[in-house]
Amino acid sequence: MADESKAPQQPESPEPDATGASQAPPAPKTATPSTPPAAPKSAPPAPKPPVALQIPLDNELVRRYRDRFGAAILDAVEDRKQSYLVIDAVKLSDIARYSLDEEKFDLLEDFTVVDWPRREKRFDLIAILYSFPHNHRLRLKIPVAANERPASLVDIWPTANWLEREIFDMFGISFAGHPDLKRILLPDEWQGHPLRKDYDILQQDTAWVRENLGIESGQ
Amino acid sequence: MADTVQEDATQKNGTLLGADELVLNMGPQHPSTHGVLRVKLKLDGERVRGTECVIGYLHRGVEKIAEHRTYQQFAPYVDRMDYIAAVSNGLGYCEAVEKLLNVEAPLRARVIRTILTELQRIASHLIWLGTHALDIGALTPLFYCLREREEILKIFEKYCGARLTTHAFRIGGLQYEAYDGFEKDVERFCKDFERRIKEYVDLLTGNSIWIGRTRNIGMISAADCIAIGASGPILRASGVKWDLRKAQPYAAYDRYKFEIPVGANGDTYDRYMVRMEEMRQSRLICLQAIENIPEGPILGKVGKVLKPPAGEIYHSIEAPKGILGYYIVSDGTIQPYRVRIRPPSFVNLQAFDKMVRGHLVADVVAIIGTLDIVLGEVDR
Repeated sequence: MADESKAPQQPESPEPDATGASQAPPAPKTATPSTPPAAPKSAPPAPKPPVALQIPLDNELVRRYRDRFGAAILDAVEDRKQSYLVIDAVKLSDIARYSLDEEKFDLLEDFTVVDWPRREKRFDLIAILYSFPHNHRLRLKIPVAANERPASLVDIWPTANWLEREIFDMFGISFAGHPDLKRILLPDEWQGHPLRKDYDILQQDTAWVRENLGIESGQ
Repeated sequence: MADTVQEDATQKNGTLLGADELVLNMGPQHPSTHGVLRVKLKLDGERVRGTECVIGYLHRGVEKIAEHRTYQQFAPYVDRMDYIAAVSNGLGYCEAVEKLLNVEAPLRARVIRTILTELQRIASHLIWLGTHALDIGALTPLFYCLREREEILKIFEKYCGARLTTHAFRIGGLQYEAYDGFEKDVERFCKDFERRIKEYVDLLTGNSIWIGRTRNIGMISAADCIAIGASGPILRASGVKWDLRKAQPYAAYDRYKFEIPVGANGDTYDRYMVRMEEMRQSRLICLQAIENIPEGPILGKVGKVLKPPAGEIYHSIEAPKGILGYYIVSDGTIQPYRVRIRPPSFVNLQAFDKMVRGHLVADVVAIIGTLDIVLGEVDR
């Protein structure tokens, strides 16, 4: 496949939520995993003047969170009419508990991760909350570093159980306090965490072909 | 079979076996698991004391594939997740990318999408009904259900050439105009279907064996459903009158009148009743929609090369099995930076342990059936 040859998927344009003051400046290039710099795609070198899709958010809800947690709410953004809060991983449990008990976000609709390998805190945990009484959604975005162990949300939303296992499986983030953290979709003996950006599917394939078929490459 | 349910549903899932306990391995190749699901059952005699689901046999890494495809190239892949409701998957994906691009499909496209998606909901529920009844021992409904589903698949085939993995929609609207006689075909199916549903009801609803096998089996409360994240008919059968088509309307659902059926007990029988009523409601939506399909273009202005501005979007729809969500991050290039799919079956399957504890082994197949999972979607 032609488009697999440019496997290292480094973002070229500014990262979408880099507006947040929270985000540490990208780590120097040498710190990125041993992938060559991304081949230039057809994207124009300079992005068009921003059309302010991400705007700072300041409504009742955000104010309540800010009053309660102060500096732990690193940023509040509205992107295409959907709001998210960037929060400090240290306060994750407290904020989650407050969201459930006080703000009535009773459903953790999804819990997932986006990998930004060039950042100091490379993973963004994304918790998508839905409130049945108010019929609205809120995303919590929690930057964590590769060696960090964020608190598990299983006690607060039991649905996080398998979602966190999937995150562990695909990204290798382990959660403190998860009752049964092990791989869920991949076999237990699998090496690596496939949804990380530096997990090269072509390399994986070639290695398997070399080992099992004794030829240089199947591609 | 339901007399001593729940007696120790609170018992923790211990790892040590008692003297009377044994572990029975069910699957991954087992006819009633609807795919390749492996369940480890901890048994005390015939009674289930704990379970563990082993999944991932069908894992194909679609989320990784998405990062190596353009937005349009990835669209056919989503059909292969819940392959018996491919149209619904496609609708969710196309609408999510449209939101990311900040465009909206024209009204005509949205109405045709609604019709096809509701037909797909009926087809998906028919497969559920047929196989669920078959698991419990009623052979006849399966043939009836497949007979009606065939009519729906024929409509899909005439519309886009494919029956199962349809790729019926395009980002921005539709690729194909509705064929001549589309409304007539849908109408004929809907008119006929009313009578057909009565046949299923005659076979099952008052059948004492059916009632004995389903009533008070696999009970789950509304609070537990929400905590565990179970959505769709499972949530509604527990008494929560909530449906994304009403709560946050998408496509053209705000134009049509329909009811949200709810159950009271949250048992297998209630889930049966809810899904039966959903089929009737879907039929009504189709009938309303074909009465007046607005004229106009079917494809919005999206261009051939899709480069959504950097940013992110979450969009979810009410798929036949529950909340199907797409979280897409764009970095401004032609390929998505990250696509996360929130599959209803994966999350709903978490409720299995809670539902099955204290029941007999024979009820395990009834509960797997009532969850209505598709392993292609669980494993992705």
